[in-house]
Amino acid sequence: MQLARVIGEVVATMKDANLTGVKLLILQPIAPDGNPAGRTLVALDSVGAGTGEQVFFVRGREAAFPFYPAEPPTDATIVGIVDHWHVP
Amino acid sequence: MQIARVIGTVVATQKNRKLEGAKLLLVQPLALAGTPRGTVLIAVDGVGAGVGERVLVVIEGKAAGDALGRKGAAVDAAIIGIVDAVDYTDTE
Repeated sequence: MQLARVIGEVVATMKDANLTGVKLLILQPIAPDGNPAGRTLVALDSVGAGTGEQVFFVRGREAAFPFYPAEPPTDATIVGIVDHWHVP
Repeated sequence: MQIARVIGTVVATQKNRKLEGAKLLLVQPLALAGTPRGTVLIAVDGVGAGVGERVLVVIEGKAAGDALGRKGAAVDAAIIGIVDAVDYTDTE
């Protein structure tokens, strides 16, 4: 899993039937210091996240698990909204 | 998922049986600003996309197989949506 900031959203009317009603959010992965770390990507939302929030997301086949028993075609899904983190 | 532009089609008569009837498209992944980013990929089309359109591409085997509606197909990328609009705040 990885930390990221939600920086926007994608609107797609014509899409896979299993994606109906699911939010598509644009993520900028971030390092623990809050700076951008890597390429932006589009992820599904499973927790009600929105633009500006700091979240963590999962990649790969496991990204479909939060929607079980539905199996939306996804390779990245937001699975948590981060309140804060601490690096000593 | 990546935002990409469909830049072409691929025709292959001889292919894996699980790929029969699949529409194969060439897609160029894009940065948010719309500039090309990274290598052009071949993706199976699950939504009826066409050349020139901006699409959402999932790059993961299981998800791509689901989008194609076939279990165990030898695919690793699929088009799962046609992008109407992208709304973002630039952080860089």
